[in-house]
Order: sequence, then C-alpha cells, then structure tokens
Amino acid sequence: MKIAISSSGSTLEDTIDLRFGRAAMFIIYDLDHENFTSVDNEQNLNAAQGAGIQAAQHVVNSGCQALITGHTGPKAFKVLEAAKIPVYLASGGSVREAIAAFRNGSLKAISEADVEGHWV
Amino acid sequence: MKEIVIISGKGGTGKTSLTAAFATLAAKRGKAVFADCDVDAADLHLVFAPEIRERHEFISGHVARVDPKKCLSSGEDGSCSKCIELCRFGAIKHSYKTGCEVDEGSCEGCGVCVKFCPTSGIDFIDRRCGEWYVSDTRFGTLVHAALDTRAENSGKLVTTVRKEAKRVAEGQGADLIIVDGSPGTGCPVIASITGADAVVIVTEPTMSGQHDLERVASLARHFAIPFSVIVNKADINQTMADATESWCARNGVPFLGMIPYDRAVTKAQIEGKSVIEHQIKCGVDKTGNRDVSQLIAKAWDLLC
Amino acid sequence: MRIAVASGKGGTGKTTIAVSLALSAPGNVQLLDCDVEEPNAGIFLAQRDTSESPITVPVPVIDETKCVACGECASFCEFNAIVHIGTTVMVFPELCHSCGGCALVCPSKAIHEEPSAIGMLTTSEVPRYGLPPLDFYQGLLTIGKAMSPPVIRAVKDRAIKDHAVKDSADCFTIIDAPPGTSCPMGTAVTGADYVILVTEPTPFGLHDLDLAVKTVRKMGIPFGVIINRSDSGDDRVVDYCARESIRILMQIPEDRRVARGYSEGKPLVMSAPEYRKKFTALAELLVGEHQ
Repeated sequence: MKIAISSSGSTLEDTIDLRFGRAAMFIIYDLDHENFTSVDNEQNLNAAQGAGIQAAQHVVNSGCQALITGHTGPKAFKVLEAAKIPVYLASGGSVREAIAAFRNGSLKAISEADVEGHWV
Repeated sequence: MKEIVIISGKGGTGKTSLTAAFATLAAKRGKAVFADCDVDAADLHLVFAPEIRERHEFISGHVARVDPKKCLSSGEDGSCSKCIELCRFGAIKHSYKTGCEVDEGSCEGCGVCVKFCPTSGIDFIDRRCGEWYVSDTRFGTLVHAALDTRAENSGKLVTTVRKEAKRVAEGQGADLIIVDGSPGTGCPVIASITGADAVVIVTEPTMSGQHDLERVASLARHFAIPFSVIVNKADINQTMADATESWCARNGVPFLGMIPYDRAVTKAQIEGKSVIEHQIKCGVDKTGNRDVSQLIAKAWDLLC
Repeated sequence: MRIAVASGKGGTGKTTIAVSLALSAPGNVQLLDCDVEEPNAGIFLAQRDTSESPITVPVPVIDETKCVACGECASFCEFNAIVHIGTTVMVFPELCHSCGGCALVCPSKAIHEEPSAIGMLTTSEVPRYGLPPLDFYQGLLTIGKAMSPPVIRAVKDRAIKDHAVKDSADCFTIIDAPPGTSCPMGTAVTGADYVILVTEPTPFGLHDLDLAVKTVRKMGIPFGVIINRSDSGDDRVVDYCARESIRILMQIPEDRRVARGYSEGKPLVMSAPEYRKKFTALAELLVGEHQ
C-alpha cells in the first residue's frame, strides 16, 4: 500500500509540510516495500487557483491509498473523498515520524475539510 | 505570531493611512513585519520609503501569442478565423496585413485558441503579471508588490506577498504581521483575509461606506474570520457614524472608535510620514489638535 | 458615445463624477455601474421601474453516461476547475472561467454547459429635471463569488442591446468603472471612446493616477483628468498633468456641503447646484469633440 505525505523536502527526515495544496513536495511511501519517491509540487506553487485540487489529483493519480498532511481545504477534500482516499492529520514532526504514527494508528482521519477554502 | 489585516470594502476610507499609523505604533512596541496586499495600485510604500533588498518577477498563468508566420489569415488569401470564433473573451483581432493578433490585456489564458489553431500557430507562454519585493523600512521589513496594468488579479500575488511576510516574520522572530489589504469583495480581498487572526474594516460615515461595510463584513463572516470596525472621517456626518456604531453593537462586532476628518492626515502623507509621526513632529501643532493620533492609538490598544 | 469614469485610487470620486455627469448630460443617457464588487451609484439616484435578473456564466456539466473518464477535460483546464478521479470527473464551477474548452476537447461529447449565477443585474429608470429620463444599469457580484469581469461584461452587453433596440438616436453612455488598473477596470473601460480619470492632489492620488494613465494610454483611448477635492493637497497633480500634456477637465475644491450631501446619498449636483451647468458643458464638450 502506498501513502502520500506532504513534505518540506525530499527525504524522510524532512519536516512534514502542514499545507497540502501548496506543499513543497510529496513523499510517496510504499509500506510494503519500504521504499519511497519524492515528487516536486513546484507546478502547484505556480497555479493561480485550485492548487489543492491539482494536488489532490496528483495524489489520486499516484495510486496512493491514504494522505497525511496538516490541513486540507474543502475542494481538495471533496476530490480525495470522491476517490475514497482518507486524509490523516499530523501536527508536525518529520515524515518518518508521521509514517510511524500512521502505522501504529495514532493519526486521526478527518471526515470533512478542516480549513476554509482560499480561492487561490 | 498574530496577523492583522486591514480592509475597507469602499476605497478611499483611509485604510492605507491607518495601516501606516498602526505600523508606527507597532514598531514602537516590538518587532513587526508589514505586507502591502493592495497590489492593484499599491500606496503603502509611499509612506514606508522602502529600500528594496529583493526583487522577484511574478508569473501567473499563460497568455496566447500568434506566430504571424504560421497564421493562415494574413494576406489577401487569408480566410481562417478559427481562433476568433472560439475566443469567448473577444481577445483576438484580425487584420489582413498581419493576420490574427491577441490583445494580451484581454486574453484570459484559457488555451482554447492554442489547442484548436489548425497550424498550431499560437504559442502559450508564461504570463508575467508583476513584481514583488522584500524591503527594509524604518518600521521593519515590508513585503510589497506591483501588479502590471490590466494584469489578472486572482489573489495569487496577494497570497505570495502574505506567504513571504510570514516567512520573514518567522525568520526574524517577529510576533506581529500587519497587512494593508485590498478594497472590494473579490479574489484579492478574499486572498488577503483567509487565515488571518483579525481583520479591521475601515469605513466612513456615508451611505456608500455603510453599504460597502455590510458587504465586506458578510464576506468576512462567510470565511469565518473575526473582524472589528473603525469609522474614519467620522465628523463628516456624526449621525451616520453613530449609526455605524449601533450597527456594530447590534451585530456583535467590536467597535474600535471614531477618527475625525483631519487635514493632518493629508499633510502627513505629503511629507511621506504616517499621521502619528507627523503629529509628534508638530508637537502641539497649529490647529492645537492631536486628537487623531490619540484616537488611533486607542483603537490600536483595543485591537491588540 | 461611451465614456468611462475610472481612477486608479479608490475613493477619489468616480461615482460622484459619473452620477453628476449622468444627471446633467443632455439627450439620451445611460449610466452603467460596473464597480460590481461595491456598486454605489444607485444610492444617489431616485430609481423607478426597477427590474432584476441574475447574471450567469456557463459552467460545464458532465453527462456520466457518455463520459469515458479519459481525463482530457481535466488536463486541458488551465484553472483546475475539472478533476479526473479514476472513473469519475468532478467539476468545481467556482473556479471555471467559462472558456468552453472542456466541452470542445471531450472526445465523447459528454460535456455541455449550463448557466451558473454569479451576480445580479438591476435596471431602472431615473427621472431627470427638464431632461429625458436616465437609463440606469447596475451589476452586483454575489458575495463569496470571486470574478468580476463576467458581471461587468453582462452589464455592458445589456446596455448595448437595449440601446440597439430602443432607438437610433445617439446615446451617451457613462460607465462607472471599478478602482485600480487590473482586469476588472480593464474590462469596464475597454471599448470606451473616452476616459475621465478622477484623482485627488495627494501622493497616493498622483501615484495611482500615473498607473491609470499608463493603462489607458496602453489601451489607446483618449482621456482627461478631473481633480476632486482640488485644494486638499498640493500642486503635484497639476504639475504632472502639465508635464504629461494631459488636459484637466475640471477641478472641484473640497466642500463640506458636498461631503455631507454625499454621506446622505445626495448627488453633488444637488448639494452644489452651481455644478450642474459645468457638467452639462463637459458632456457637450466631449460629445462635440467625438463627432
């Protein structure tokens, strides 16, 4: 199973990026094979609008079955919900720590967007 | 770290002058960072006198540009007008001499003409919309921007300015960010206020002012952001100013006070100073009136 | 003839000037309030025969039975208004710019467009003393909606249509534009024969006037300047206009009568009736030059 984590950098030691749509990068972690790839989110940082939607689309396309991030807005959440991808919230720490927390079930999944939309 | 955004709804209520006054008070109290998010005709820098340290180009979206060598509609045999038929924004004009030409100011950047031009003769290029800067000022660091004329004001530049201001504030250990927001109720204002800790609406005691205050207040409610109100130029119509105060009371909106109309505000602006700086310089000035500064200071105390 | 009243800086007196001109100009006059985020002209006008209609923009609707979930629409959309998720496609109408591209690129013709309301158009008639009534049009952007240009275009299109239907007599159309120099102002001003730029004699006023001048020059439209509250600052705007060879059409000194009247929703030409003939003369001057 693969999960996506919004990250400030491309390694597991980097801190998790609490933003979703305008996160610096995404780490796609394969829990079965214990390996990962990092995906630059630069194009989203340049999106005039709908960055959250675009990021959600990428998560869907990547084949991930869960997302760990700090916050999602309503539009991104709608996309993830339609794709049946649960969103787990982390409040900080490294990507490695977030994965561990996910594994031992201590992260909370949200049932609706936790922040207001931005328009940008 | 607290982020305070000052907006108005109606233009010309004194938002920028008040932001400069708050900046003067904030700079005395501790470390603060400032952002001018009124990117369409920005004025805060005229008081802040920034020394630009960083300059960045702002690229957003795309714009279509016809390659005249590939355009089929130039010359006497020119007949194709596919792009013009498809463009919903009236952005493409035609002349037999040069063929089709895109008016970049009207181009929405949708890409339809680019996709359907039969010779693939239209390029889709990055659109430069303006610039943003990080500058040093006597009050603290200022992040500001200038939008190119007729550029799209989606709010993305506003968001960029706010994001940078936050980054600078974190780096400096500042505990306050003061943002000069945009007038109106569209994208740029929305981008100015979402996620802010507090919003101050500057209004004036006129029917237009009240009308616009109510609209922008409902916008702030729509996005669940707490806001307070200050009435500027209050003595132009004290009755209406009082009515605004009552409106605030009835609607549970914190009221920060009333500021009278005072030529000192314009005099200060002409000197390139905030009204507080100007009145300190003048001491007991010719009109013997220091009310404006005291009232602004009172409002600031209520806000903080 | 179409005249746009614009500024650069907010609060200089655009609406005051536009309304004054609309109440004083001879002949058939239309006033369009295109400051759709905060339209205020209506506050100063005694309107009758008011009617409202929603302003809509076309947004895509996906026919699930025809959609093959190829994702072409999503990858085409520049505004992230369409998302492709596995076997479904999701539309976010609030981000749509109504370009029609998605419907065009869909290989299975599964997309058609339906109107989505983003604002309100109000039309009314305003009686004028000794003159034919004024036709007033106002656009209002719904709170929470982000894009003004489609609302502005709807106001202008309706006024043009009405004029074409009504009579062939010349019509004097005044557009009260939004402040600033970005896309909403550009959308309101485009197609005008002349622009009146309203400013104030202060540093902010001059700075923003210069931006507006650059914008209007780039659009290739002739323009002139009205300095409002002309004695409240210094000479910088007058000097600038001289340096730039810009015609100053009128200077209006600060006047508590006018400010007070304004605060109560009274037009300038009622608070200070001596201005009425000045605005009539201005209208006649601009029309005369245009012909």
